[in-house]
Amino acid sequence: MPLVKDGKLAEDGWQKVDPEATSMPSGDRLLVTLDQWTEHKVELCKRGGAFGVRLSPDHGPEEIADDLVHFDLVALEFPAFTDGRAYSHARLLRERYGFEGEIRAVGDVALEQLLFMHRSGFDAFEIASDSAVEDWETAFADIDVFYQPTADGRETALQARRRS
Amino acid sequence: MYRYDEFDRKLVTERAEQFGRQVEHRLSGKLSEEQFRPLRLMNGLYLQLHAYMLRINVPYGVLSSTQMRKLADIGRKYDKGYGHLTTRQNMQFNWIKLEETPDLLRELASVEMHGIQSSGNCIRNTTADEHAGVAADEVEDPRVYCEIIRQWSTLHPEFSFLPRKFKIAVTGSPHDRAAVKVHDIGLILDRDSSGHPIFEVIVGGGLGRTPFIGKTIREELPPSELLAYLEAILRVYNRFGRRDNKYKARIKVLVHETGAEEFRRLVDEEYANLKGGSLDVPQDEIDRIDAYFAPPDYAELPDECAALDAKMGENADFAEWVDQNVACHKQPGYAIANISVKMPGHAPGDLSSDQMDALADLADRFSFGEMRVTHRQNIVFTDVRKDELYGLWQDLVKLELAAANLNLIGDVICCPGLDYCALANARSIPVAEDITKRFADLKRQKEIGPLELNMSGCINACGHHHVGNIGILGVDKKGEELYQLTLGGCSHEDASLGVRTGPGFTVDDIGPAIETVLDTYVELREHGEEFIDTYRRVGMDPFKEKLYAAR
Repeated sequence: MPLVKDGKLAEDGWQKVDPEATSMPSGDRLLVTLDQWTEHKVELCKRGGAFGVRLSPDHGPEEIADDLVHFDLVALEFPAFTDGRAYSHARLLRERYGFEGEIRAVGDVALEQLLFMHRSGFDAFEIASDSAVEDWETAFADIDVFYQPTADGRETALQARRRS
Repeated sequence: MYRYDEFDRKLVTERAEQFGRQVEHRLSGKLSEEQFRPLRLMNGLYLQLHAYMLRINVPYGVLSSTQMRKLADIGRKYDKGYGHLTTRQNMQFNWIKLEETPDLLRELASVEMHGIQSSGNCIRNTTADEHAGVAADEVEDPRVYCEIIRQWSTLHPEFSFLPRKFKIAVTGSPHDRAAVKVHDIGLILDRDSSGHPIFEVIVGGGLGRTPFIGKTIREELPPSELLAYLEAILRVYNRFGRRDNKYKARIKVLVHETGAEEFRRLVDEEYANLKGGSLDVPQDEIDRIDAYFAPPDYAELPDECAALDAKMGENADFAEWVDQNVACHKQPGYAIANISVKMPGHAPGDLSSDQMDALADLADRFSFGEMRVTHRQNIVFTDVRKDELYGLWQDLVKLELAAANLNLIGDVICCPGLDYCALANARSIPVAEDITKRFADLKRQKEIGPLELNMSGCINACGHHHVGNIGILGVDKKGEELYQLTLGGCSHEDASLGVRTGPGFTVDDIGPAIETVLDTYVELREHGEEFIDTYRRVGMDPFKEKLYAAR
């Protein structure tokens, strides 16, 4: 599946560990499930390197808050685009827990959600589309007035009013 | 009223253009109906039984004459010459063609209107007291905060895919005309002991399949913290609201299952983190928006009006109308004129394009070019000089909009029902028409006294039947339309949910059943008692006995 980051097709340098796997493969940049992380945390930390964790929306960011220092990537799942829990989770990761690594949207991710996702703190997207980069560009071309302050750095209407 | 600045205008224009492109893609086949559905819903476009329906937001019910004229045009150009006022202070058009919606939305944007978030699992149009800013009993004007909420909730990145739809209502008067206790969030604006505005925050009210009266989770919230507190509530709901069953997905179920105390704790925890941050509403922003709602240029008048008294003495019909439909105003010499859109035998809340145009002209002449849409599906002229009420009334008579039945049985709330709606189980408009004809005699209506009769064509309760003093719910029982009756509902500060009388009635029997209920009430009432008071005193049994005695 194409991965888009900062508007460009990106190489996915992460090794997605089979969610059923009970032992950790060798190599660096492992993307593991929350269960696998909990189970193998001690071993992995000893081994060192970069890790990523994949969270279903049933699990909130507070469950990994203490371990964020070990992660370069948090992948948040959208089981269906209508399931909006991960928007809150992404904002909490960025705005409350100060996570600065990659937050990746995986699952039912499509053009129409990209702007909302980006505003909430996602910066990488696995998009099930033949025209993923074009989708990315379209998603940000249409609307450029924003009322809500988030950590995305976009100026809000209120900030612009007070500036002018 | 609030006027868009460059930012508001830009967003609505951009959104109309965006939707135009999405419609093109749908028509060319680039988008399937499945892919297109969520996009059109986010813009208020539903696919109904016979055609598309477009729901247009009227922010907190405030409408300018220019906007009303545009709605009249739209009714003529894109619909069959009429529109329908909804129970959420909006207007909807029932006969829309998909290929025409981009042009329609561009036209709407030109008068600062749109259908954004009038549908979908997001924060819907915020509703307010229809007499906001002018009611004699008002403590604080809720409109300024409604506008702050409008902006905050528009295209909210975190809350556009909630478990279910989300409705906020605000009032600033002790007498609740906005049904705040049966909304996902209800806000009551008041003043604290030192005279500063504060909100009481009520959550988890709602109608539908499982009705609840909301619970107060915060007594005194300062306005600067309003958005931080709302964001905390919405975040808790977005994260923990049920998504496994759409009938249990509203916040009322979360509040009920979690318990109000625990829910409050979760919100407070979130709020502690958000408070004092970038969501704080600065006082100068509140003042900036408040300036848009400054009172119009009232003439200095005495409150007594001899001309009005004289006309009321001369014309009994006019006197009836003033008596029933006109309410007290803050400003001496002015009055609030409630215009009933409930003519006997007509679909409740339907206005023809000609009527809309005429209302716009009358608003220009008599009420500073502004009007309100009410959740009881009527129109209000908020600022009419007492000495001009007679002139206004004469014109309303010509328009067939002078029914003196406000808050009487003729003033029914009614959803579109099976005549239009894809969700409905039963027709509601014909039943409402039958009842309004049955009780067309105004003298009889007045004898019965204040009464709210609400009717829904299905369990989703768009007609608010649970909080009608008398509620009617249309159901489908083995292919037959059946009408269940509830008594004792109330949507005001002493809100209560109606109780079912027993087995439902057929379409032919429901009218007579209402007659039986009202005869019973008239027989039992003590001096000066309204229907709801009598019901609360005597309970269900006497009504039940009479209703089912013959069975």
